[in-house]
Amino acid sequence: MTTEKLNEKKGVVVRFVGDSGDGMQLTGTLFSETAALDGNDIATFPDYPAEIRAPHNTIAGVSGFQVHIGKRIYNSGDNCDVLVAMNPASLKSNLKWAKKGSIIIVDADTFTDDAIGKAGYTNSPLDDDSLSGYILIKAPITSLTVEAVKDIFTDKRSAERSRNMFALGMIFYIYSKELDHTDSYLEKKFSKTPDVVKANKAVVRAGYNFCENTDVLQSQQVRVEQAIMPKGRYRNITGNIATAWGLLAAAEKANLPLFLGSYPITPATDILIELAKHKSLGARVFQAEDEIAGICSAIGASFAGALACSSTSGPGLSLKSEAIGLAVMTELPLVIVDVQRGGPSTGLPTKTEQADLYQALYGRNGEAPCIVIAASTSANSFYYAFEAARLSLEHMTPIILLTDGYLGNGSQLFRIPKMSELPKINPPFATPNDETYAPYKRDTETLARQWAIPGMEGLRHRIGGLEKLDGKGSVSTEPANHQKMVNLRAEKVQRVANRLPDQKLIVGDETADLLVVGWGGTEGALKLAVEELCEQGKKIAFTHFNYIMPLPKNTAELFNKFNKIIVCELNMGQFVNYLRSNFETKSFLQYNKTQGLPFEVSELKEKFNQILGGK
Amino acid sequence: MAIEHSQVQLTKADFTSDQMVKWCPGCGDHAILASVLGIFPEIGYKKESYCMVSGIGCSSRFPYYVNTYGFHGIHGRAAAIATGVKIANPRLSVWINSGDGDATAIGGNHFIHLIRRNMDVNYILFNNRIYGLTKGQYSPTTKQGQITKTSPYGVIDYPFNPGELVMGARGTFFARAIDNSPKSLGEVFMEMAKHDGTAVVEVLQNCVIFNDKTHQEVTNRDIKEDRQLWLKQGEPMIFGKDRSKGIVLKGNHLEVVEIGKDGITEKDLLVHDATRENTGVHMMLAQMCPPEFPMAFGVIRAVKQLTYNQIFEKQMQELTETSSIKCVDDLLNSGDTWEV
Ligand SMILES: Cc1ncc(C[n+]2csc(CCOP(=O)(O)OP(=O)(O)O)c2C)c(N)n1
Ligand code: SF4
Ligand SMILES: [Mg+2]
Repeated sequence: MTTEKLNEKKGVVVRFVGDSGDGMQLTGTLFSETAALDGNDIATFPDYPAEIRAPHNTIAGVSGFQVHIGKRIYNSGDNCDVLVAMNPASLKSNLKWAKKGSIIIVDADTFTDDAIGKAGYTNSPLDDDSLSGYILIKAPITSLTVEAVKDIFTDKRSAERSRNMFALGMIFYIYSKELDHTDSYLEKKFSKTPDVVKANKAVVRAGYNFCENTDVLQSQQVRVEQAIMPKGRYRNITGNIATAWGLLAAAEKANLPLFLGSYPITPATDILIELAKHKSLGARVFQAEDEIAGICSAIGASFAGALACSSTSGPGLSLKSEAIGLAVMTELPLVIVDVQRGGPSTGLPTKTEQADLYQALYGRNGEAPCIVIAASTSANSFYYAFEAARLSLEHMTPIILLTDGYLGNGSQLFRIPKMSELPKINPPFATPNDETYAPYKRDTETLARQWAIPGMEGLRHRIGGLEKLDGKGSVSTEPANHQKMVNLRAEKVQRVANRLPDQKLIVGDETADLLVVGWGGTEGALKLAVEELCEQGKKIAFTHFNYIMPLPKNTAELFNKFNKIIVCELNMGQFVNYLRSNFETKSFLQYNKTQGLPFEVSELKEKFNQILGGK
Repeated sequence: MAIEHSQVQLTKADFTSDQMVKWCPGCGDHAILASVLGIFPEIGYKKESYCMVSGIGCSSRFPYYVNTYGFHGIHGRAAAIATGVKIANPRLSVWINSGDGDATAIGGNHFIHLIRRNMDVNYILFNNRIYGLTKGQYSPTTKQGQITKTSPYGVIDYPFNPGELVMGARGTFFARAIDNSPKSLGEVFMEMAKHDGTAVVEVLQNCVIFNDKTHQEVTNRDIKEDRQLWLKQGEPMIFGKDRSKGIVLKGNHLEVVEIGKDGITEKDLLVHDATRENTGVHMMLAQMCPPEFPMAFGVIRAVKQLTYNQIFEKQMQELTETSSIKCVDDLLNSGDTWEV
């Protein structure tokens, strides 16, 4: 290892791209976890193709994994400092993500005439000067990999499987990371095939040594600043896993069985997969025949006394609409998780968007209010899933938790809480043999009705989707009662605001000329953009919403402190219009994007600068 | 998981709700309700252990009239709701009430999947071959050619026979009964209650208003003995006014024969075995219909098979015992973690 003083950087972005079978996800994960163990903050985001196994060496088959490491990391980064491209197609389709002047590492061995042609190049980009604006490293990755493992594998196929480890070794060299973590990870992951462990370890070193010996990257070596993180135990977590675990935590705190009724759909399936593993924690997971059966089974489970959930994405939420209305009418707790993706219809299944907000707020027949909340980072999906369950159980009303493909599949460092730190959850259970029990008798403060669980003595009752007489809960078509019930159901949701934390400024203060407003999965990019502008002395502030229906009580007061407000979201303006309908006298600017991609910090800064400059 | 029995002898009155029964006078649903109220005390579970679940339709009003826990769902989804009830709370005796439209049109998908899984629930299918609640449109069980409000020139669709759907989904229990025969209704319901797994009883139910006498060809007093074959486990299949007719298996199909004619004796008749796993004969029995055949009633199929819920609980129990992750703290700290 070099002894010279290295360049220091606050953060760097590395993007690994290759053919679907090239192991880019594993490479990226290993790099990010090594960085985390080394004290960096991290965020990752995978970029899967929609096809499972598209033809080899085509653009449709390119799979990627972006890793952002550094001192203070809020998102997986815009453009990369290093692009690792394992074949021509991945270079062609991902060059747009590389910063000007960034390092591009390619496996030169894969740039055959055939592969170049399949990628859509007419000439090899390695031979003309199309990449002259970058630091291009043409590494013979395949041949050096085969060479490194020649004593372990003689067949070319087995040998070439470790190519990704060569690239990883090169990245470790650039960011001067130790190899221990990767060694132990490989030993665990491939414990049944010692040859694979041996081969992979050898190839990581071959990649590292290639850089050291050839000096090609010596001047590019960088030390990434360590994060200043609160003390504690940490792990890496994706938003979907965090959501699943948050639900499990809530069930434990409420002392209820967890029921999940779901149907697989990208990008929400991982929640179902994760919870299906945890029968030992009492998770009663049911893979239904469709989304309607998923949510209806959850409603049945809720009636029968479980913390009931149904996880899905946009098209599935559409199918669940009628049943959500049933949960509103029967005033049962129910958590619906929508991991949003690009729509409408099948849309962009593997890409992210925030365009289901209207559907969550309004997408049902009749006056059917639900609580709507949104997670805003992969890690805080844990807390918002927990919070969704808590609010739903304590207020006896369905709740929709919005996350998105970016949060769900992306990962971040997660400071592991102790269960004892989380609040207790107290659903309003009825008391067995209570002679005054009536299904729709309400708590005077929250308006929540009591929950009598089938099996409890002396509380037999019937409920359903027909309008109920308040109190008694029998079927009623009486006009005045319907008006009263419509009002009560709305008021019950509004009163949730009494228990919500105040909406706060995350960056900046009240003297700012521009307030940036976001909600849900865009928090990382917005926060970074506003912070960077603040550091440049711009008068700009930022607030981000997790509670959407109802809004925190001080929202109007907060907005009234600012003359200019811009609402940024990955849709055509659903939240901003919701705010307009809530605060009619306030005017809001908006910034929207629907490309299936997260916001880039650079585009946000440009937009905000434009507004600030033009004042 | 065992369902708790009542410590005291309950009566019909314990299960009669205070709601006014609003079905039309003469509707077959009244008799079905009376039967259910009659057998619940006999089954013997605690009052609180029964849970009725329905969809939407005249017949789906059923839960309001039974003083147990009850859930009146949305159209077609009773099976899905009941599935959640049973998985979440396996100590409940779950009863589904669903019309022919509810079960086989809008809810057809849930119906076959419930059966395929052998979910441990009881399913009463009220087959009046019409949409009653919406006032007389044809359903998937309406006969081809019938004039209804939405088929002014006759129904074009070929109908479903619910029994075939049950067999097709490899159901473990299927029985058929008639609303105007209270004794046999009660008996069939008792058999259903005893069965572990999805037990479906199709009740031929008369809708006096929109499809009166639709089951006439089997229920008509004058001909019913010739048109109804009541199956009994282990007994030869005999029917007819003077019990002179029987069913034989000839080659790969069923045939009606006359006992005493052409040397046919009782010994030649098919002996009913509801417990055979193979659905072949049960399917043929379920398919029989007039005028060529009598219609089969009673328990056509009752096969022992582990239920979804038995397998589910077994997995839960084994995993709870063997997993090293005992609580959420364990889970949060599992895998790669590190101290900062
Ligand atoms: C989603 C939905 N679609 C349509 C209806 C209207 N609808 C209510 S009951 C019914 C049919 C009822 O027929 P069936 O299930 O046979 O029950 P029956 O009334 O005959 O007992 C229909 C079409 C509805 N309530 N909900
Ligand atoms: S309409 Fe028909 S099914 Fe409905 S209650 Fe009246 S008779 Fe019964
Ligand atoms: Mg009907």
